[in-house]
Amino acid sequence: MSQHGDQVEHEVQDVSSDPHRPPLPPRPSTLSFFQDGSKPNTSSRPPTRAGLVSRATTALSVADANAFSSGSVRNLRSVSSQNISSPSRSKSASRTASETADDSSIRSLELSSEHAQEQDSIFGEAFHNKRSDDFGLDSGFLSTNEAREETELVPQVDFDQEFADVPDEHDDDELAHNLWKAKKKHFLILSAAGKPIYTRHGSDAIISSYVGIIQTIISAYTSWDNQLRSFLADDTKFVILSQTNLFLVAISTLPESEVQLRAQLDALYMQILSTLTLPTLSHIFSVRPSTDLRRPLQGTEVLLSALADSFTRGSPSTLLTSLESLRMRKAHRKIINDTMVKARVDDLLYGLIVAGGRLVSVIRPKKHSLHPGDLQLIFNMLFEAEGIKAGGGESFLPICLPGFNNRGYLYMYVSFLDVASEAVRELDIDEKIAKEDAVAIILLSANKESFEDLQSMKSYLIHELRKNGSMKVIHRAVQNGRPLPTDIVPGTALRHFLYKSKGNVQFFMPSFEAQFSDSQSRRQLFSIYGLLHASVHAKFATVKVQHMVNTTCSALAWVTPMFELYCIASAGTPRNALAQNANKVVQYIQREEERIFLIGGATF
Amino acid sequence: MAGRGPAGRSGAGGRFAQFKLVLLGESAVGKSSLVLRFVKDQFDDYRESTIGAAFLTQTVTLDENTTVKFEIWDTAGQERYKSLAPMYYRNAHCAVVVYDITQASSLDKAKSWIKELQRQANENIIIALAGNKKDTVDENPDKRAVPTADAEAYAKEAGLLFFETSAKTSYNVKELFTAIAKKLPLDQAGPRNLRANPRTGPLDLRPEATGQQGAGNCNC
Repeated sequence: MSQHGDQVEHEVQDVSSDPHRPPLPPRPSTLSFFQDGSKPNTSSRPPTRAGLVSRATTALSVADANAFSSGSVRNLRSVSSQNISSPSRSKSASRTASETADDSSIRSLELSSEHAQEQDSIFGEAFHNKRSDDFGLDSGFLSTNEAREETELVPQVDFDQEFADVPDEHDDDELAHNLWKAKKKHFLILSAAGKPIYTRHGSDAIISSYVGIIQTIISAYTSWDNQLRSFLADDTKFVILSQTNLFLVAISTLPESEVQLRAQLDALYMQILSTLTLPTLSHIFSVRPSTDLRRPLQGTEVLLSALADSFTRGSPSTLLTSLESLRMRKAHRKIINDTMVKARVDDLLYGLIVAGGRLVSVIRPKKHSLHPGDLQLIFNMLFEAEGIKAGGGESFLPICLPGFNNRGYLYMYVSFLDVASEAVRELDIDEKIAKEDAVAIILLSANKESFEDLQSMKSYLIHELRKNGSMKVIHRAVQNGRPLPTDIVPGTALRHFLYKSKGNVQFFMPSFEAQFSDSQSRRQLFSIYGLLHASVHAKFATVKVQHMVNTTCSALAWVTPMFELYCIASAGTPRNALAQNANKVVQYIQREEERIFLIGGATF
Repeated sequence: MAGRGPAGRSGAGGRFAQFKLVLLGESAVGKSSLVLRFVKDQFDDYRESTIGAAFLTQTVTLDENTTVKFEIWDTAGQERYKSLAPMYYRNAHCAVVVYDITQASSLDKAKSWIKELQRQANENIIIALAGNKKDTVDENPDKRAVPTADAEAYAKEAGLLFFETSAKTSYNVKELFTAIAKKLPLDQAGPRNLRANPRTGPLDLRPEATGQQGAGNCNC
């Protein structure tokens, strides 16, 4: 990979010199806010913006609101300034909101019953404050059959059907195409020359005509010196990510915003780079633009599909571009961090312990941080795809972490452990482990000769972690799982929430248990999160609090400079109850911050 | 830690030796499946491609006095991993080069691996050639693309052990590894603890071997 054309070389440097590498793990300094804010229950302070206060005609006071001393963070108050007439889909409603919201940073969006005749079933009822006891926990929030018909907003996805193979064209041309079209979501990757590289669904024969059309549309815009980024056809959204030699296309009928789909395409592109590195990718196409990239990518289709399917199911870490940590006591985490640092070998760049896709511990050099996107690639490879986990024992592989350096490989040592058994043995080959229970030690080095050193580090590390009881701590934390919403706020009406700590680039969420244990209701949950997220992240949006109501739920998004909170309660939950609960969640997380999040990690 | 404790303990007077073994060959010929059959006596009809390389161990008892532990590098067959191969075969005492008897081109790839091993790896490396997917040919003889005699003649000429195998039915899998174990210079391997000096295995009779890799160091 040493020979590049001038142009290619130039591009490569451009990208690699990109200084925007989000810091992770972050510096503990971000804590200060929370320390300040931890003074309990000062009475609720009104939003600081005068305009807002004056407009708040029906302000509901929030009795137990938490006050943050930081002036930049306002208390959550539900302010119902006006009823925005309801467009048929709340996506457009949120657009309206963001357009008209310049003068108001907090707004509760009510979808009024103006269109009640037709839309009654979607929005109207809920607006009339259906009593919450009608929607008790067992009444099947988001999962009744009526809800499916009514809430076009959050379509149900039959995952068996969605992920089923599309038969080859030879068998039945029409059937194959119909099945292909019936998929809720597609990902296509093609070369700039129009060669198909990857498709989640369907064989080459089926997709070739679609790929041809897409390439024609994209290149038409290119020839007009324009870049096509997305378009809408009926209810289907097309988003295109153009890279130098590749077009990545997402086609989705799920309620997802362009920004969200683009983040997913970015992750797929990172996966390709992690296999090939950017210089290799550029080189391949500069030598022969018509190269079939499937050959050099051979064997990684499963990784792309694992990513794609996690997006289709709903991925909190991609939605929030952050990671989740395993909750444990600060002192316990410190012992694990210290043990890792003590076990460190010279060649080590990053050391990670990950349990079921949640971070337990990270050690890193002072001058290097870890990019969440890179970690997500690693987690996908280890926990979503079977390749490495099924290999059992130990693995050693080259991997390019594009956030760290997209020009070269690091070498990753992985060992899966069975922490449950008394002896903490390594897993036998092909031992099946549930994703949630898998604990992996991941050691990264820039030296490709480092296997034996990393292996001996791992042996020492396991020995020490056993000796100081940390393995048991990890095992217990894994077993405890995530808390239920009612464990966090007793008696809460909240069914689920997502909390992102911006400073820590990590998120926290309660268990999916009971309510969202099956993938369909989880998909609906994430559709609502997607809508909430889109509405507060829309371009030029100044909305900081968004309240969304439909027949199935009452939901709230709350964005401050420090965090993002998205919570969902059963339909009919009044705004003030929702706001109160949101405040309690924030208080809880603030109190538990050092357990919930991995703060700073250990450096060396 | 079970199974990875100090090596070299065995019955009084028994011999215990540890050897590094590397599997090479084109992708999808069944390297991982052979290892899975050998180590776990299992078979997966559908198995995802190996990424990078997996490291596994398995112990073979040759007779009541002799135990051989294999440290196995199961490498990924894709072309993009080729530059890493020297790292895996550098200190290997033995290699299994696998091809698919239903794919003629996979034998060509195997031959090029064997050439590379003979040129670059330990001088005394023991190489076995394994023609996998015998079960497919048993079911449908038309699928055979490499006649046994051809591969056997080549193996003989190149000084290799040769087996046709089936990871699926376990045909010749144990035999393959046992044959390798028998051919290894056990007499020179006393009961030793590899852990004590992981850089050089107990059988590393050619200390200069570590220095002879020019190829792998420059391209990354």
